[in-house]
Amino acid sequence: MRFPDKQGHFGQFGGKYVPETLIPALSELEAAYDHYKHDREFREEFTYYLSQYVGRPNPLYFAEKLTKRLGGAKIYLKREDLNHTGAHKINNTIGQGLLAKRMGKRRVIAETGAGQHGVATATVAALLGMECEVFMGEEDIHRQSLNVFRMKLLGATVTPVTAGTATLKDAMNEALRNWVTFVHTTFYVIGTTAGPHPYPKMVRDFQSVIGREAKRQHLKVEGRLPDCLVAAVGGGSNALGLFYPFFNDREVRMIGVEAAGYGISSGKHAAPLCAGSVGVLHGNKTYLLQDEFGQILNAHSISAGLDYPGVGPEHAWLKDTGRAEYVSITDEEALEGFEVLTREEGILPALESSHAIAHVLKLAPALTRDKTIVVCLSGRGDKDIHTVADAMGVKLT
Amino acid sequence: MSRIAAKFEEIRKKQGKALITFITAGDPELAVTEKLVPVLEKAGADILELGVPFSDPMADGPTIQKASERALSSGTTLPKILAMVKSARKVSQIPIILMGYYNPIFLYGPERFAADAAVAGVDGVLVVDFPPEEAGTFKKVAARQGLDVIFLLAPTSDDARVAKIAEYGGGFVYYVSVTGVTGARKSVAVSVFDQVKKIKERVNLPVVVGFGISDPVQAGQVAAAADGVVVGSALVKLFEESSGEELQGRLATFVAAIRDGIDKGKQ
Repeated sequence: MRFPDKQGHFGQFGGKYVPETLIPALSELEAAYDHYKHDREFREEFTYYLSQYVGRPNPLYFAEKLTKRLGGAKIYLKREDLNHTGAHKINNTIGQGLLAKRMGKRRVIAETGAGQHGVATATVAALLGMECEVFMGEEDIHRQSLNVFRMKLLGATVTPVTAGTATLKDAMNEALRNWVTFVHTTFYVIGTTAGPHPYPKMVRDFQSVIGREAKRQHLKVEGRLPDCLVAAVGGGSNALGLFYPFFNDREVRMIGVEAAGYGISSGKHAAPLCAGSVGVLHGNKTYLLQDEFGQILNAHSISAGLDYPGVGPEHAWLKDTGRAEYVSITDEEALEGFEVLTREEGILPALESSHAIAHVLKLAPALTRDKTIVVCLSGRGDKDIHTVADAMGVKLT
Repeated sequence: MSRIAAKFEEIRKKQGKALITFITAGDPELAVTEKLVPVLEKAGADILELGVPFSDPMADGPTIQKASERALSSGTTLPKILAMVKSARKVSQIPIILMGYYNPIFLYGPERFAADAAVAGVDGVLVVDFPPEEAGTFKKVAARQGLDVIFLLAPTSDDARVAKIAEYGGGFVYYVSVTGVTGARKSVAVSVFDQVKKIKERVNLPVVVGFGISDPVQAGQVAAAADGVVVGSALVKLFEESSGEELQGRLATFVAAIRDGIDKGKQ
């Protein structure tokens, strides 16, 4: 498990494709991270907040009723939705927040699409007493007004981004521009396993608590490792968090679920691993949605958290090496996943996680009853109620 | 000797300083860019930087972001830019540098791009998100075609970084005068002068300064310390306000004024 290499490459993917101004900042971050990840006090503090503040370990819940309905493999849900702030994002922002504090940075910035990472960053900034500015596409601000208000309540400044397509990728451009400008005082909290080295590695490491717990919990109840891991992939942090601790357990299948939007053939999707090509964006080489001239295309997904035209470089590498498999789920299938889990188990999954559930609806019946599947339930669905109501043609007031 | 090296040699002999002008290729369309090549040269530009538009220009401020959007919406692509440069070479021998982001080059195929760019008459390439750590192979490929790969240095660059660029850089070193994105600014940071002096002691290439320089006085101040001055956003701004002959006239007047500022400032 020696990936990435020293320059942040996962095979041909990853790297540090950034303007020169940021190179020293990335080197400083890398040095600090490499130091503190071995620092006992830092690790204890991180673990303390994960247990006392986030509420870890969260359960690995056996979804018995869903399992019975599907009549195949046993389904376990890793309940990241039960974390404080309602998603896996907080695992990473606690880690980066504590690191920022140790590096003497008083100001954190973040990009956000659906607002989940923005909320998780604003939460940690409030907790640790830091100034926080969140960049968010103007389109997304309209779609996610609840999260915008949450961030403001937490004391963050939410800055609308009107450039380009005014969505997540443009928010990330703007956050990078802001970081270039205020690099001396500012720590950029990236929300997923993307961006320039060392972010993909660092975010994966902070999130890998998901997989470590799941492995321990599964061993305890089943006495063995699971057969399949399933997780939704936007940038890919909840998936890598689950997958990474199983990397060397070759018998465990890893399945990443991308958003197929209106369907891959419609061209309106967010599935760069299933239907994109290799390119360079936001500091790393990976699979992207782009035209033949290298211009980045708009992604589409009903789930704002998956609505991104790139994907973390480690996923690109896991795909090319064949260690992980990637499939895609349409908006419609995701909504079905949402409804089935809600009805069967009384759990409202986030629309991101609903993609993983939707794939399990296909996968579990195809496996025998002695097999097990661990699904990352990366977030809770409350934030998506308006979107789901819209899709069902229900008007909420 | 490359066209860029020859130009700096010629300027050095005259004890002058270089004026490098940046416009976005294809803003608002490539036919306009082609016409502007000789206009900028006649007005006093020594070297021309042509921006290759990209959908996600993370190092650019609003002015050049909008220019990229205008260029992309008129169908500008890297192959078309190379064809335009080839055509412009019939009327101008000014050194031309393509400046942009790596992805369009990566999709074109770095090797094929270097070959086609050299044939078209491009002299250098400056890729903003392509530091030496990633650009090693490309530099070799480009060198084989006689293309200079130009690197940036920034206020955050320490001695080790300067040494690295001294080792890798070609053509000239582009010093970014501010921690920030491209765009006109009201004044020149004092640190520029010390930094440029330090870089010049360590790097055996001309050092030019860009980002934020927007008027003749600033250009003159910077020219006194550096080997050249880059003016970009202040020129690109004119594309928002005018077009056709009026644009040509305003660009020529503005470039001539900067030229004058540099020539006065250098003493």
